[in-house]
Amino acid sequence: MPDGAQSETRVRETFRAEGITKIYKTGDLRVEALRGVDLTLYEGELVVLLGPSGSGKSTLLNILGGLDLPTAGTLFFKDMEITAATQSELTTYRRDHVGFVFQFYNLIPSLTARENVGLVTEIADDPMQPDEALEIVGLEHRLGHFPSQLSGGEQQRVAIARAIAKRPDVLLCDEPTGALDSKTGIVVLQALERANRELGTTTALITHNAGIKDMSERVIRFADGQIISVEKNPVKKPPEELTW
Amino acid sequence: MVIRIDPLNKKLFRDLWRIKGQGLAISAVVACGISLMIASFGTVAALDESKDAFYNRTRFADVFAVMKRAPDSLLQEIEQIPGVATAETRITAVVNLDIPGMNEPATGRLISLPERGTPLLNNVVLMSGRYPSTQRPNEVAITDPFAKAHSLSLGDTFKAIINGKKRSLEIVGLGLTPEYIYALGPGALMPDDKRFGAIWMSRKALAAAFNLDGAFNDVSMSLQRGAQTEEVLRRLDVLIKPYGGSGSYAREDQLSHFFLSNELDQLRTSGAIFPPVFLLVAVFLLNVVVTRIVTTEREQIGIFKAFGYTDVEVGWIYLKLVLILVGVGLSLGMLLGLWMGDSMITMYKTYFKFTLRDFGVDPAVFATAAAISLGAGLLGGLGAVRQAVGLSPAVAMAPPVPTSYEQSGLAALFSKFEISQPTRMIFRHVSRFPIRSGLTIIGVAFSVALMIMSLFFLDSVEKVIQVYFFQAERQTLTLTFVEPRPATVEQEIQHLPGVITTQPVRSVAVRLRNGHLSDRKAIQGIVSGADLNRLLDSEQKLIEPPPGGMALSKYIAKDLNLKLGDTVTVEVMQERRPVVEVPIVRIVEEYLGFQAYMRLDALNRLMKEGPTVSSVHVLVDSRYADELYTTLKDTPAVAGIVQQTAALDSFRNTMDNTMNVMIGFYVALASLIAFGVAYNAARIALSERARALASLRVLGFTREEVTYILLGELGILTLISLPVGCLLGYGMALSMSPMLSTDLYNFPFVIENATYGWSVVVVSISAIVCGLITRRRVYDLDLVTALKTRE
Repeated sequence: MPDGAQSETRVRETFRAEGITKIYKTGDLRVEALRGVDLTLYEGELVVLLGPSGSGKSTLLNILGGLDLPTAGTLFFKDMEITAATQSELTTYRRDHVGFVFQFYNLIPSLTARENVGLVTEIADDPMQPDEALEIVGLEHRLGHFPSQLSGGEQQRVAIARAIAKRPDVLLCDEPTGALDSKTGIVVLQALERANRELGTTTALITHNAGIKDMSERVIRFADGQIISVEKNPVKKPPEELTW
Repeated sequence: MVIRIDPLNKKLFRDLWRIKGQGLAISAVVACGISLMIASFGTVAALDESKDAFYNRTRFADVFAVMKRAPDSLLQEIEQIPGVATAETRITAVVNLDIPGMNEPATGRLISLPERGTPLLNNVVLMSGRYPSTQRPNEVAITDPFAKAHSLSLGDTFKAIINGKKRSLEIVGLGLTPEYIYALGPGALMPDDKRFGAIWMSRKALAAAFNLDGAFNDVSMSLQRGAQTEEVLRRLDVLIKPYGGSGSYAREDQLSHFFLSNELDQLRTSGAIFPPVFLLVAVFLLNVVVTRIVTTEREQIGIFKAFGYTDVEVGWIYLKLVLILVGVGLSLGMLLGLWMGDSMITMYKTYFKFTLRDFGVDPAVFATAAAISLGAGLLGGLGAVRQAVGLSPAVAMAPPVPTSYEQSGLAALFSKFEISQPTRMIFRHVSRFPIRSGLTIIGVAFSVALMIMSLFFLDSVEKVIQVYFFQAERQTLTLTFVEPRPATVEQEIQHLPGVITTQPVRSVAVRLRNGHLSDRKAIQGIVSGADLNRLLDSEQKLIEPPPGGMALSKYIAKDLNLKLGDTVTVEVMQERRPVVEVPIVRIVEEYLGFQAYMRLDALNRLMKEGPTVSSVHVLVDSRYADELYTTLKDTPAVAGIVQQTAALDSFRNTMDNTMNVMIGFYVALASLIAFGVAYNAARIALSERARALASLRVLGFTREEVTYILLGELGILTLISLPVGCLLGYGMALSMSPMLSTDLYNFPFVIENATYGWSVVVVSISAIVCGLITRRRVYDLDLVTALKTRE
């Protein structure tokens, strides 16, 4: 239904999720974080997941990234059934195919920008050079700096460089600009957009900031653990034109 | 009833529960320090007070002297020596005993009791029975431990060879004496209740037996307050010299007193050294743990303050945490200390024979222990508490800046090498917190060192045993004669049943003098080619007694400031008492019973006597041993028999009883320190890096790779601390070695490789167990929350 004509030319699916349900049980408390979500992500596209807190978007992202398994439903990454994978297969999956960008950057404070990227390139099959990844995010002049010597925006760009350096198939970003002011946020989004464009990495970006949706190809809205709408964005705006 | 706990206290209890492992480790280290302190203070107090009480009750003498035979009239002159309060003469003699049920002869020291009343000095404390009657010459009182060792009781009899006559003696009293609290028999290295006891008889009976009517051969005296002991000794020596006096000595040199005070000194030393070390470790651990808690709880602290809790209320929470940890340690330590002290006193009761009171601790010691541990707690926790107090709510609730690292010093060094990023993380983290890493290294190293130092005692004792019993003194027995005898006696002994070979010895009591330094010793005259009692150099190579001059024990040489080639003045204390100058031509290494050696013939010449011996070493065919013993029991000329296997047994026994207990304690404590320090290091590292490690897991690192980063740090610190600990242990053992040496034995500095090995292994196992416990936590890391939370 959503993709219409484009589905003819972009048949290659990165993710196909069917009936994904996630129920958290803590003590007597039962929280339905996802209630039967169906979703397909296509290779190379940049989608934005929008929704209020607790709507299930982060839970879905975690499941896509192999950090968590759904209570019910199936998820395929290309031909691999993520929902049937063991813990160690999930680790390998993350290692080989997924790049993560977090709200709080999660850089290793004891490693420089270059070394933080090196952390990932050392264990990847066909990575780019750390310097190259940092060049893509515009930090070629900050290679030897430690996280404590970088601004928040710079730290997040290092995190992006770290995520893309292994040439992942998918890039999952959870509130990447959540801790940043808008001006810095735009620089970060530019880096993401460039990575998506130049490397063709399927990118899913969580935000509750509606302004960001204009840089995506599709906007998927969440509420109460369900997808309430998927809308195509006919005109992708470059990040520098976004405002919020 | 509803108990209301305010939220801050609830939080406190939950915090405590959360850090229970680390908290227990801290409390345990505090408990170790406190228990050692209480045990050693209490034991020293019990020993010291019991000793003083016993000395007072028995009127233990200050000065002692023996001679051959002095007329009773000499007593008056002795009493005239300025400073003498009371003087009392006695007749004493060392004799062979034939105890029912014991094959080999035992040795007894006969001590006369005054005609009337109880002894003025060195009184006997009767445990049961009565003093022997002056009317019945065969009645005796004997030392209680000796009776117990042979299951002898009042009314039983045993035989003694008194001046050549075998006599049956009846036990009428069992007692204890200040002279034999540490009951070392003549020639013995360790107390052996089976083989030595003191025997009290009426003076009349002893005088008759030894032809000493109107005479005495032993004098003791107490001194007035402020008396010049040295001067009294000098004057006494002058008085007794004509009567065959072989030198007077003060209480400090009385063997039993010497060992008792030595033990007290050692207890005081270890009581002063070890508790502070444990408390310092506790201070360090507290500091690290509480600082970490405050850091992770910045936000909570901010919220509490934002809600209106005062700085004092917030600070008090963390202070209470410190106080509870210390309080638990203090209470445990007190209980443990009471138990340890009690078992130490029980041990000392088997070791020192007197009315030793039960273990008890002065309330002041408890108070001091409490004050010290609370002080340590405050010292450890105050920095962190101040940090909590000082946080302003707004600052507290903002995320902390990432730990800053800089491209300088060690961090820069780690940039240059081609190492994996995880390895780089390990090195950077270690070098980023040099003080903490250093203290962790020191803590673990200290536990290795403590272990080495404890095990070193065993190595040292084993070395002593190997050298002394198996290389230097290889005889089965040594027979000591009542009087020196012509050398021909050796042939007579060779004809006794079971005797394989013999070696004659002439032993002469002397005072060795070098300028103002002097020492009472014995010169042993030995023959060349001796195969039983042999002289060894410092490499345990056999050396022959030098034809001209003296071979001197290294420790006597040190005491007298003499070296090879020097000349020593020998003042003979017996027979014709010649004074001669003798060159020192060899230095020998000895661990037990330091002596001076000369060739037998040279010593005979020095004594201006013909071929004379005072004892004979004998190698016995064990099949005929019993027969030989039976013969010896009836040989009046033999005053004493020292049996090497018995000596070795009692040496080992004593060492096992006393040292193994202490070594066991220290090994347990060392493991505990290693565990406490390593566990805290691992848990702190985990707490600080949980988020980073979870992030790495998200990035695709396996559990093993992430565990490597966490435990690699612990591993490196442990690896560094092992050699440091070995070095530290080497140094500690080296400095302990002379501190433990006494006039009678010397602890050689020997550390076997196995000691290093065991210490390293035990501490490594401690660290590995910590690692395994921590690894479980790494496996349980929650990846999703790590992404959502900020540091």
